Amino acid sequence: MSTVLNAKVPDGELRDKWDNYKADAKLVNPNNKRKFKVIVVGTGLAGASAAATLAELGYQVDAFTFHDSARRAHSIAAQGGINAAKNYQGDGDSINRLFVDTIKGGDFRSRESNVHRLAQVSVDIIDQMVAQGVPFAREYGGMLDNRSFGGAQVSRTFYARGQTGQQLLLGAYQQLSRQVGLGGVRLFNRTELVDIVVIDGRCSGIVVRDLLTGEITSHAAHAVVMATGGYGNVFFLSTNAMNCNVTAAWRAHRRGAMFANPCYTQIHPTCIPQSDESQSKLTLMSESLRNDGRVWVPKNADDSRSAEQIPESERDYYLERLYPSYGNLAPRDISSRAAKRLVDKGHGVGPLKNGVNLDFSAAIARLGRDVVEERYGNLFQMYERIAGEDPYKTPMRIYPATHYTMGGLWVDYELGTTVPGLYAAGEANFSDHGANRLGASALMQGLADGYFVLPYTISNGLAPLLNKPVPTTDHPAFVQAETEARERFNGYLNIKGTRSPDWFHRELGKIIWDYCGMERTQQGLEKALSELPALYSEFKKDLRVTGTGESINQTLEKAGRVDDFFQLGMLMCRDALDREESCGAHFRSEYQTDDGEALRNDEEFCHVSAYKWTGDPMAAELNKEQLVYETAHLATRSYK
Amino acid sequence: MSGGCEPTTSVGTASMAQTITKSRGAREPVTGTALSSRKKRPFLVDIYSTAVGKKYAMAISGIALMGFVLFHMIGNLKMYYGAYELNNYAAFLKELLYPLAPKGAVLWILRGGLLAMLVLHLHAAWSLTVMNRQARPVQYQSPRDYEVANFASRTMRYSGMIVFSFLVWHLLDLTFGVVNTVGTEGEFVREEVYQNVVRSFDRWPVAAFYILANLLLGIHLRHGAWSLFQSLGWNNPRFNAWRWAFATGFSLVVVIGNISFPIAVLAGIVKV
Amino acid sequence: MNQLTNLKLKVWRQAGPETKGHFESYTVDKVSDEASFLEMLDQLNERLISEGKEAIVFDHDCREGICGTCSLMINGRAHGPQRATTTCQLHMRTFKSGDEIVIEPWRAAAFPIIKDLMVDRASFDRIVEAGGFITAPTGGAPDANLILVPKPVADAAMDSAACIGCGACVAACPNGAANLFTGAKISHLNVLPQGQSERYKRAEAMVHAMDDQFGSCTNHGECSAACPKEISLDVIAMMNSDFRKSKSKNRKALSRG
Repeated sequence: MSTVLNAKVPDGELRDKWDNYKADAKLVNPNNKRKFKVIVVGTGLAGASAAATLAELGYQVDAFTFHDSARRAHSIAAQGGINAAKNYQGDGDSINRLFVDTIKGGDFRSRESNVHRLAQVSVDIIDQMVAQGVPFAREYGGMLDNRSFGGAQVSRTFYARGQTGQQLLLGAYQQLSRQVGLGGVRLFNRTELVDIVVIDGRCSGIVVRDLLTGEITSHAAHAVVMATGGYGNVFFLSTNAMNCNVTAAWRAHRRGAMFANPCYTQIHPTCIPQSDESQSKLTLMSESLRNDGRVWVPKNADDSRSAEQIPESERDYYLERLYPSYGNLAPRDISSRAAKRLVDKGHGVGPLKNGVNLDFSAAIARLGRDVVEERYGNLFQMYERIAGEDPYKTPMRIYPATHYTMGGLWVDYELGTTVPGLYAAGEANFSDHGANRLGASALMQGLADGYFVLPYTISNGLAPLLNKPVPTTDHPAFVQAETEARERFNGYLNIKGTRSPDWFHRELGKIIWDYCGMERTQQGLEKALSELPALYSEFKKDLRVTGTGESINQTLEKAGRVDDFFQLGMLMCRDALDREESCGAHFRSEYQTDDGEALRNDEEFCHVSAYKWTGDPMAAELNKEQLVYETAHLATRSYK
Repeated sequence: MSGGCEPTTSVGTASMAQTITKSRGAREPVTGTALSSRKKRPFLVDIYSTAVGKKYAMAISGIALMGFVLFHMIGNLKMYYGAYELNNYAAFLKELLYPLAPKGAVLWILRGGLLAMLVLHLHAAWSLTVMNRQARPVQYQSPRDYEVANFASRTMRYSGMIVFSFLVWHLLDLTFGVVNTVGTEGEFVREEVYQNVVRSFDRWPVAAFYILANLLLGIHLRHGAWSLFQSLGWNNPRFNAWRWAFATGFSLVVVIGNISFPIAVLAGIVKV
Repeated sequence: MNQLTNLKLKVWRQAGPETKGHFESYTVDKVSDEASFLEMLDQLNERLISEGKEAIVFDHDCREGICGTCSLMINGRAHGPQRATTTCQLHMRTFKSGDEIVIEPWRAAAFPIIKDLMVDRASFDRIVEAGGFITAPTGGAPDANLILVPKPVADAAMDSAACIGCGACVAACPNGAANLFTGAKISHLNVLPQGQSERYKRAEAMVHAMDDQFGSCTNHGECSAACPKEISLDVIAMMNSDFRKSKSKNRKALSRG
């Protein structure tokens, strides 16, 4: 039996829906706002912007982060830029075009109404961030500069050198800090969510663990926002920060929030290839590099000459060859798969033959070294530091790596999960990117959700609750959740096995990457689904966590996170197995065209797969939200 | 109740360290950290109460003292013209602006000003040092590997203290004659500046101390003369390179001029 | 890819904020020179766990030199020997087989030690909360291109805004001063047209918040040399200048109000 998923999409023409929603939304009187408490978990772009805005409106806000400071969230690592349909370049951009590009980029697996709203508010984001002092790149005349990005034929990406994510996050962090200073927000740092509490079908608060003392406490609220990021670290090696995890979203899932499209995980085409076995994470090089870099591999497999020694005639600029109109700017999934196929066929470059060349010699010849340095200087520096090679002289070596997860908590148009009172924003929800996200759209979505969507939808959700009592933290449900959490963490300490959490994480990551990575097959996924439970039960028997639970213990933190990654991993593979089509980042080898492109099955799979927790991740209950395209036309993606 | 994220209860108090996780009780969240308002105080007191303000005081008093050492050196160059010129110059200083002002009045005003600047310089240096010690109560337990902090910048307080003790000696020697007892009649005559200097420097340990102190003064000036631009915020990326040139040039001029005196005396170029 | 062998590590271990710490010696028999410094510590931690010992606690997160979470005093230098590089971006190829590597936490009264190599840098947040922002509540912003920012100004702001808040400046400063951090934020916002309305209020409030927690600047320049983002000492001069002006301008503004 399945639940009917009500996306609460407002009536009206697509372009009027958001205005209609805002016109009809219930408001909370300014004097009453202070009677409501909202909890925001996570202080990245989505979390910080939501917490700051809600506090400005007058709500009591409690913000939680497991970092030492709200400025550390992984939004900070986004390099390339943020999209907005400003059409400042006069090159034919519009809200509608950004909408269409995003829908098409997502391979027609996202909800039209949400995506259109995202395109609409994108313009407000730029205004807001500029007013806050984000030092976006400028033309000499003082106006904002733009660059182009993968999957788009217009220049709509705003950027601040190669540190756009950092600058936007610092903007949101500063706005949040102002509210902390003024007393509008209470900030709990180094505090991790370990459970959410649902009473009478409504989310009533959260249970958190103080990472410094191990103490577990409860916090009640009228609404809870999960802005807790994505789960890319399920692969162990990814471009995510070391501490990124799925725990918050997964704990919400276990309490009834449906988890949507877990198999949509994006592989970013331009990362620095793994250099040895012990590597702990992969580093992304901004996709903006593809604006001026040309991607190539040697035409002959197993060519071990250095790049300079390979003459022009023996180089295969495969993206320009295969996708002439988009060339090196083909979308992420397409570029990634093309790289993988060539490396698999032995055309890889570098000591481990595990990368492709990203060559700037043409750009340096055309623009001069100074211009290239101006555009990408810090990226080149970063590359040199990690790889020990000078990209001004030899081409960069790049290879795809897990980067972003389009899947996440299922949310309706109001960003509400299937648990009333629980919202999800940013990468933690599944909403806007369908099966594949366009470059420079993650920052846009995080800020859109936090600044311009949640403040409206939360008011609409809170208004009816005015002056109605809400459960407090002495309610038995809170007490029970606290007890369970304590038992869980004591449990990890008491297994006293032989393997560290990192060891299990690495093994888990290998299985997921091999069978649920860039190319998936029925056979591989079935294999993963048979190996995962075995490894998981070994985890429960053989885990070793040293130290205690009373002071900071990073091994213990990791154990909790790996536990949840295991369960998520199983759901991911199940979802990938269930989705018998190729769409966007989800590529099933059985479903491809003759020339190796993704073959969608709109008849059977034009839906969102939302899973409900049943106690066993292998047997989660599948619910479907049919996607209806009223404005965009279902078409085969072509970037040729 | 305490915590790594405790609101700054320490604002405006002497305690520098933030309290951090003790085992008792839950950590409190951070909120309202910018709500406390500061006490209203008179402008100068207010500005001097901050470290940045004390650095202004260091810089401004430093400029005054730099002016003093420069003109002191220039005035003493008269030594090379002989006893009459130098002694006459000393007498002129006493009669500065006379008869507009009473004899000695302007000199005393200048002396008072210099003394005030010196006291300010010393007080600011002292309190900043105390503050800096408190800012790192536990030192690094392994050796530091400094990248750019140089001998001059790291020894300011020592070079300063030695120069100050030299100054005391210098006054006792040549102004009050307490340690310069040999005068024309076997006793110290203050007005015989030229003779006093020559007799003093004829004693080689005095000359050596003088030279050492002036070398340290040079090192002190080199960092100080660069630093004052930074402290006062007189900074322009275009002229930053000139700041080093200025500091080096200034300290060289003062040091070379000053050191030439005892050397000239010892070499017999300047004699009674 | 080469292997480094026989590295002698001296690592500061301290059980808690109020306990006494000490150096513990470890030998790392073998590590790839492609490994990052923190991956070397990861491997050491794996070994400690397998020996039933508690892993060394250290702060880290993005491992690409942008989040500012990692720290460490390595052989007497904040973020180790390589210039303009955070600890997480430091690679073992910087070291030689047989090297002794001393690892200490950052030390300052405002950065109390939490455990082992982890310190609490919340004092930086207090400075930002005091004024390191432009008041621009969500929703009221004018069109972005209505505020023209000449390119050199935007570039200057970006140079200062590159600060990652890691605290290396404080750690490296012989006086434990936070002038580079505070100056960077003040310069970022104070050169931009958007930051002008609150310029002097910001300078005054932030300097006071800094003053309450940190040491003073004696212009050594160690902060800038240790800064992984190579922020210039010029930001300190700008802060000093704006603070001086703030004291008179804010008084004038107050007497009008």
